[in-house]
Amino acid sequence: MADTILEIRHLSKSFGSHEVLRDIDFTVSKGDVTAIIGASGSGKSTLLRCVNLLETPTSGEILFHGKDVTGRGVNAPEYRSHVGMVFQSFNLFNNMSVLKNCMVGQMKVLKKSKAEARETALRYLQQVGMAPYINAKPRQLSGGQKQRVAIARALAMGPEVLLFDEPTSALDPEMVGEVLAVMQDLASQGMTMLVVTHEMAFARDVSTQVVYMNQGVICEQGPPTEVLGNPQKQETRDFLARFRKN
Amino acid sequence: MDLFAKLINDISRLWANYKLAYLGGMWSTLKLAVIATVIGVVIGLACGIVNTIPCGKNDPMPKRILLGVVRFLVRAYVEIFRGTPMVLQAVFIYYGLPYFSNNTMRFDNIWTAAILIVSINTGAYMAESVRGGIISVDPGQTEGAKAIGMTHFQTMIHVILPQAFRNIIPQIGNNFIINIKDTSVMFIIGFTEFFAFHRYITGVNNMYFPSAAIEMVGYLTMTVIASMLLRLLEKILDGSDNYELVNEDQLVMAAGTYTHPDRGTPFDEHHKPSRDEVIQDVKLRKQQREARWARARNESTRGDR
Ligand SMILES: Nc1ncnc2c1ncn2[C@@H]1O[C@H](COP(=O)(O)OP(=O)(O)OP(=O)(O)O)[C@@H](O)[C@H]1O
Ligand SMILES: [Mg+2]
Repeated sequence: MADTILEIRHLSKSFGSHEVLRDIDFTVSKGDVTAIIGASGSGKSTLLRCVNLLETPTSGEILFHGKDVTGRGVNAPEYRSHVGMVFQSFNLFNNMSVLKNCMVGQMKVLKKSKAEARETALRYLQQVGMAPYINAKPRQLSGGQKQRVAIARALAMGPEVLLFDEPTSALDPEMVGEVLAVMQDLASQGMTMLVVTHEMAFARDVSTQVVYMNQGVICEQGPPTEVLGNPQKQETRDFLARFRKN
Repeated sequence: MDLFAKLINDISRLWANYKLAYLGGMWSTLKLAVIATVIGVVIGLACGIVNTIPCGKNDPMPKRILLGVVRFLVRAYVEIFRGTPMVLQAVFIYYGLPYFSNNTMRFDNIWTAAILIVSINTGAYMAESVRGGIISVDPGQTEGAKAIGMTHFQTMIHVILPQAFRNIIPQIGNNFIINIKDTSVMFIIGFTEFFAFHRYITGVNNMYFPSAAIEMVGYLTMTVIASMLLRLLEKILDGSDNYELVNEDQLVMAAGTYTHPDRGTPFDEHHKPSRDEVIQDVKLRKQQREARWARARNESTRGDR
């Protein structure tokens, strides 16, 4: 397919003798919103970090537009500039203002001019509703605000796909909504996203593909109506039942 | 009471006679301490950076060997200069250079020698502080920088070192204050700083105690002012506790005449779609994608048969 962006093939990852991911296979096409769900410790974060090469896969391939990015000669920083990532703990640069956070990557990595970087940064900060806060430092913001800035920072790099690792898990309940709204907005604009989440409502209503992981393998994947609405595997059913109870 | 009156009298006599000598000595001490601390911090930064370059099994062999050798040298440097008295190092280097070069090389300028010795001494102490400062920066900062495509070097320069530097200002201050005091041992190679003048002056008139009192006050003045300046620097680097909210109209004006390539698209901030529109749009796109999924599934099941 022409609009396939990412293809994960037989991906495995071990930390020492501990095999955390085993033979992971899935494809992300342009505009897909893929929700990755699963119990704690099932390897969701590790999978996402492998996709962004923050961890080196032990074996398998990650094809970005058909080219394997796990080999030795690959320019990892260059690849990462096309694949944005939003972390559970925000990871905004503490030594920079909100605006600088969204400009520094554009200027240093994409070599854009200051004016151009500022323009783009402002546009995305406006989109996530954080434009009034451009002069604030991260420590002066609430969790939800920080996460929205982090999303703007990732967007400002013009990524082809955005990875989210539990973007709302570190937030107070009243701030979860504002971040989910931004993500929903992005989905509606056709942004390709890979989202590790415990927000089942988000997975159900926004995602186009759900991947259920269990103990390092993909147990079940498909459209949300199938995986969440009519799960085939007993593990998936148990997981979802546990979730409904909580 | 009489004794105090005598002391004050002695001090004022000393001061009147040797004011220029004392002030000149303070000036030399300060100059040496400032220059050597700055150079020492630069040396410390360089060593600290070398010690925190990530290097794993996947890196090429030459890089690993080179890094190993450099790290060993840094380690040796730190141990040697932290583990021996500075007064001895001064003698060792000052007389060692002509000795080993058969008098073809020597320190023509006493300043060069003093700055060199105090700098490398400070650098040895700062190397560990810098390494600690770098390690103490949240690893999330590195990940955030990597995730937007920064190289290790860019991450260091723009994200980690500014924060590490802020973290180690108290140690820099400590070293600066130590340098103000400990440069006094440089008299051993004939460097005339503040304390050296005490030795000269008392050698002439034997007024040890009054002169020492002047020296005490002089050193304290320098170190207290240094502490205050460092506090101020910390404050400045931390920036204001408040920030101004910027209203959106200002931003549009600040954005100037740039025409938005996205005008009319959902990114266009002039057209703010309502929530209902957004939800409608999400649903529509979702339906399209699900249709695509269904098609893909049909195709693959057909392929299986
Ligand atoms: N750097 C590491 N070294 C060793 N083991 C690790 C490392 N990172 C993760 N693991 C292990 O890998 C397993 C999967 O971790 P991972 O963080 O990917 O799970 P997760 O699905 O994201 O869980 P959660 O929902 O709690 O975030 C865990 O057992 C964890 O202990
Ligand atoms: Mg996780």
